[in-house]
Amino acid sequence: MRKVYVIGSGLTNIGTLWNYGLRDLIAEAGLAALDEAGVDRVDAIFVGNMMSGILNAQENLGAYAADYLGLSGVPAFKVEAACGSGGAAVLNAALAIKSGLFDRVLVIGVEKMSDMTAIEDVTSALATASEAEYELFWGASFVSLNALIMRAYAMQYNLSEEDFGWLPILMHKNATDVPYAQLRFPIDMKAYLNSPMIAEPIRLLDSAPTGDGAAALVLSASESRDGEGVSVELSGFWSSTDTVALYTREDLLELKAAKIAAKKAFEMAGIPSSDLDVVEVHDAFSIMGYLNLEALGIVEPGKAHEFIKSGDAERSGPLPVNPEGGLKARGHPVGATGVYQIVEIYRQLAGRAGSAQVPDPKVGAAMNVGGTGANVVVTVLRRVS
Amino acid sequence: MWALIPSIPSIKREMPYRYRLEGVECEECGYRTLPSRMVCPRCGSRKMKRILLPRKGRVLYHTTLHATPRGYEFYEPYVLALVELDDGTRVFTQLTDVDPAQVSPGMEVEVVLRKVRVGGEGGPIAYGLKFRPRLKR
Repeated sequence: MRKVYVIGSGLTNIGTLWNYGLRDLIAEAGLAALDEAGVDRVDAIFVGNMMSGILNAQENLGAYAADYLGLSGVPAFKVEAACGSGGAAVLNAALAIKSGLFDRVLVIGVEKMSDMTAIEDVTSALATASEAEYELFWGASFVSLNALIMRAYAMQYNLSEEDFGWLPILMHKNATDVPYAQLRFPIDMKAYLNSPMIAEPIRLLDSAPTGDGAAALVLSASESRDGEGVSVELSGFWSSTDTVALYTREDLLELKAAKIAAKKAFEMAGIPSSDLDVVEVHDAFSIMGYLNLEALGIVEPGKAHEFIKSGDAERSGPLPVNPEGGLKARGHPVGATGVYQIVEIYRQLAGRAGSAQVPDPKVGAAMNVGGTGANVVVTVLRRVS
Repeated sequence: MWALIPSIPSIKREMPYRYRLEGVECEECGYRTLPSRMVCPRCGSRKMKRILLPRKGRVLYHTTLHATPRGYEFYEPYVLALVELDDGTRVFTQLTDVDPAQVSPGMEVEVVLRKVRVGGEGGPIAYGLKFRPRLKR
């Protein structure tokens, strides 16, 4: 079967970017990826985005992206899977190449959140990742659903408040020298414990910020080696679904879709998950980061906090987790996040991650989660040299 | 401003589940849930019959919200909970008539009809069965 290679990447800064609209974000990231790949034509465009209809009154994003990239005429679509939209767009682009119909595809993840200025409105928009009639109706925010999972997890494993602080502390530390990251400042345990509650027991500093941003990748059926003969293959990818509503799950703590997607993606890559050298997890909230680590088989259930606290997940540790700061500190422009993750893994494997570079990684993976685990995409990348 | 403003038909459509805890039971595996659905999410059977779920239960997990979606600011801070009904069915709900600080896992609760949200100025008012601490009788 045909292989899929990453041949270019691009991204914008993440933050409250008053001077950037949806089209500016798309164009900046998309053109950067095309330039890095050294190409000016692609066979198709896939746009990962969750909320452009609600936040920007703009749908028809495929054609919109093609238009502002000067690529009108190519097939182009929006792919939506809540917070997993970016990963889902990459997955669909990879499928398109595998099919043999397209040889080179541009993927763009984008979210423009700051034009909706009232927090209640952004909260409402994010809550559409849950079930409208039986979760949102009762006043659920997306944070509150994750809070129920965190409560269950803390009760199950008898964890303290501090136990959840280790992940955001590491994420902020990692982001301090990442030029495009949104929250480039360190935090300590005191700051974590003093941060206000959003939906108990989830604190402000458990939560990824909202922000604007776009990331892009050029995927190709043909390899493109750099000066040192290195290329990066997107060697495994899979997606799986679970119930949208949390209350219909038998076990809140088992991210079934995440486990299936991880297992199948590693099988497809032909690489055991124990070979991982660097990993991106979806830490929209500390609890989700911990459950991702469990679903990937990196830690035993209830032990994620010990793993992070031990230092093993630092850039210099045996398995660096989110070396660019993850959703928590690099930022979480929702529909763009899954693409940011894969851009970061790609650059790590290509040895071009700058100050975030971890030592000599050969295999990396990203887990991108839509909803509270309802739609999960796992991608596995491998360095070829 | 963007908000979920339910239409009158959507309120009417959901009445059986929100007003009287009508649910479904799978005739093959016994799984119970609400609202009604045509396929059992646990075993895949299509033999789902309508039933009335018990009106009492206990809190499994809860959270107090300090930031709310548009249209719910009036109740802030309020408590959302996963409640296990007396037959084991799990429902997601808002708690009412209770100080958030007094809620704890295992707390016994019962349904009570309450206003849930108002659809802006002149829009429809949606009601539903929230849960309150069980009254001693």
